Amino acid sequence: MKMKLATWATAALMAASPVMADLVMPSLSYRTGPYAVGGIPLADGYADYFTLLNERDGGIGGVPVRVLECETAYNTEKGVECYESTKAEGSLVYQPFSTGITYQLIPKVTADGIALHTMGYGRTSAANGKVFSNVFNYPTNYWDAASVAVNYLLDENGGDLNGHKIALVYHNSAYGKEPIRTLEGLSEKHGFELSLIPVDHPGQEQKSQWLQIRRDKPDTVLMWGWGVMNQVAVQEAANIRFPMENFIGAWWSGAEADVIPAGAAADGYKALTMNGVGRDYPIYDDIQKYVVDAGKAAGAGDQIGTVLYNRTIYAAFLAHMAILKAQEIHGVADITQAMMIDGMENLEITEEMMAEYGMPNFGPAFSVSCENHGGPGVGAVTQWDAAAGEWKQITDFAPSDKEIINPLIEEDSMAFASENNIELRCN
Amino acid sequence: MLYREAGDFSTTYPQDSQTFPIRFDRYRYYVVLFIAIVVVPFVINDYWVNSLFMPFLIYAIAAIGLNILTGYCGQVSLGTGGFMAVGAYACYKLMTGFPEVSMFIHVLLSGLITAAVGVLFGLPSLRIKGFYLAVATLAAQFFLVWMFNRVSWFYNYSASGQINAPERDTFGILITGPSTEAWATYMFCLIFTIFSAVVARNLTRGSLGRQWMAIRDMDIAAEIIGVNPLKAKLTAFAVSSFFVGISGALFFAVYLGAVEVGEVFGITKSFIVLFMIIIGGLGSIFGSFAGAAFIVMLPVVLKIVGVDWLGWPTDIVAHLNLVIVGLLIVVFLIAEPHGLAQLWRVAKEKLRLWPFPH
Repeated sequence: MKMKLATWATAALMAASPVMADLVMPSLSYRTGPYAVGGIPLADGYADYFTLLNERDGGIGGVPVRVLECETAYNTEKGVECYESTKAEGSLVYQPFSTGITYQLIPKVTADGIALHTMGYGRTSAANGKVFSNVFNYPTNYWDAASVAVNYLLDENGGDLNGHKIALVYHNSAYGKEPIRTLEGLSEKHGFELSLIPVDHPGQEQKSQWLQIRRDKPDTVLMWGWGVMNQVAVQEAANIRFPMENFIGAWWSGAEADVIPAGAAADGYKALTMNGVGRDYPIYDDIQKYVVDAGKAAGAGDQIGTVLYNRTIYAAFLAHMAILKAQEIHGVADITQAMMIDGMENLEITEEMMAEYGMPNFGPAFSVSCENHGGPGVGAVTQWDAAAGEWKQITDFAPSDKEIINPLIEEDSMAFASENNIELRCN
Repeated sequence: MLYREAGDFSTTYPQDSQTFPIRFDRYRYYVVLFIAIVVVPFVINDYWVNSLFMPFLIYAIAAIGLNILTGYCGQVSLGTGGFMAVGAYACYKLMTGFPEVSMFIHVLLSGLITAAVGVLFGLPSLRIKGFYLAVATLAAQFFLVWMFNRVSWFYNYSASGQINAPERDTFGILITGPSTEAWATYMFCLIFTIFSAVVARNLTRGSLGRQWMAIRDMDIAAEIIGVNPLKAKLTAFAVSSFFVGISGALFFAVYLGAVEVGEVFGITKSFIVLFMIIIGGLGSIFGSFAGAAFIVMLPVVLKIVGVDWLGWPTDIVAHLNLVIVGLLIVVFLIAEPHGLAQLWRVAKEKLRLWPFPH
């Protein structure tokens, strides 16, 4: 039975790989499970962007893009299976949108020589390109997010957080635990009190956590949540009448689906973002024209312009720019996995490029180098307007406190390097 | 014709009581072993080992472990995920604490540590049965996962709370880490799977196995005929946890390489292994293999057929997988409570009579 299966699969693989050149973009999506609420817009945006490129420009540099979607259900085992089944097809860059899967893939991509781009998630210390040769997390990461949130609170409170009480409600996983170190460092620096409130996977049950918040009365609640956990938290916060304007989510806790279930009670909830919100960008006219009206939208086509859809539009845009860069460096259109890494390492995003591709001021302008795989580390704060039903950006993209973050990145990446006997690059 | 004992004479007792008394069956077994040990390692690649063979082999060990406890001894357990986590974290602590020791020893020691933990959580089984025991093991599941998340000593105080398998070898061959060869990890898991299956098979048909089955069939009657329930139940918990611990250690160190306890060893893992033995067959070593193969292969086969051939959306195929597994569990519980193993047994009986069934 096993051998029969092997023959079938080989036949399927051979049938599936076309002879002509194409740029393979794997999409490890999760349209099922407790994280599907975030996974669906992410997968749709990623697919739609490349559909747009194929329809409008005939691919990138004349080579069509093939998106290989593989369902992971946010599950690390399935993520590994997806990685193994797609890597041989010449996958250029993996963007799993899952910190758990990222941790699985970091050693694997490094051994296989494939790029991994974890935009605002994954292992933060991968920003140190000297240690992590194949992993990129530009334009920003969790530790920047934590710092941007604290900077925002500093602004709100006249630059003084002494005696301020901050509670961090977090997904009890590698993802949720990421900001703790930074927040502890910042708490020492600015004198605020930090309390940690973990929520176990998948996060549907948070009564006791919010009871604790109700008792402790923190001034601000920060949340590192994902999937179904977000909407439950917003609902619970509404139930205990926690003032929403003092409740700030990370950029994975600030989408439409997270706040709509709580209705008007969610009004004023804040969340960080790393990309522009809304569909007020020229690129959406093209998406409407070439993708939606042509009936080629991914999924149900109802996610266009939502926060997370925008985020993968941005992720796909950055991958698009990196492919263009790689094509420019190597002078070939059908680039290989190794060339893609060069493209990402030499990537430079300017205001003009974003405007040219219909996304003016969608994100920060930045450049990547061999040492710095992390980008500038900026973030903005958005606020939910329940009456209008939309997120509004209330601050500009602001930098994080590098004084705290850079030593932490250095420390964590060096620990990884010594654990795994990695020689430092970029000398 | 193919499968019968005619002309197959035993002249000694050991011959008569071997695992495969029928010659054809025995040769089939040798052929499977030969292919698994000699042929597969030469043709296997990363995809096959990581998507099918390794999960199959590791889940088979876990299913054998649970089958000893639930299928042979009748003690329902929902703590498999938690015990696998014990194996994984024990292996991690051993790997990082004693880097020069061979992986074989680490995995075996992880199994022994899990056996000790299993005995501890098996103690309530002396007083409670059935559903109540299931709830007690469920408590073990949640407690263990909570503990590994909570106590940072277990994950060496890393910021993410994850454990990552460093590169370790055995006899100079890399077994863990990203640079391993497909055949090496496959062989490593295969050795443990064969070892577990042979040990489990021989335990279950010896006096210990008979004691377990006596307890399963009726504990009071077993006690009256002289079976010590304390010994029988605790050995079942120990042996079962030993295998489950080995599978957990392999699952973390060889297969995944990085583990987040709540996600990988959560309650769903306990249920998956339970489904394996229900579909495969309670109280059967072959059933453990059949169930593990079925649960591991189904999503992969569905994906190849649904997504690659028919071009269906990936989420439909993922949902279809859940529907099929759920449906099959209901069907098996109603139509064939002894699972795939019983179908195999019936098929063999038919073969013995074929082509003259009367």
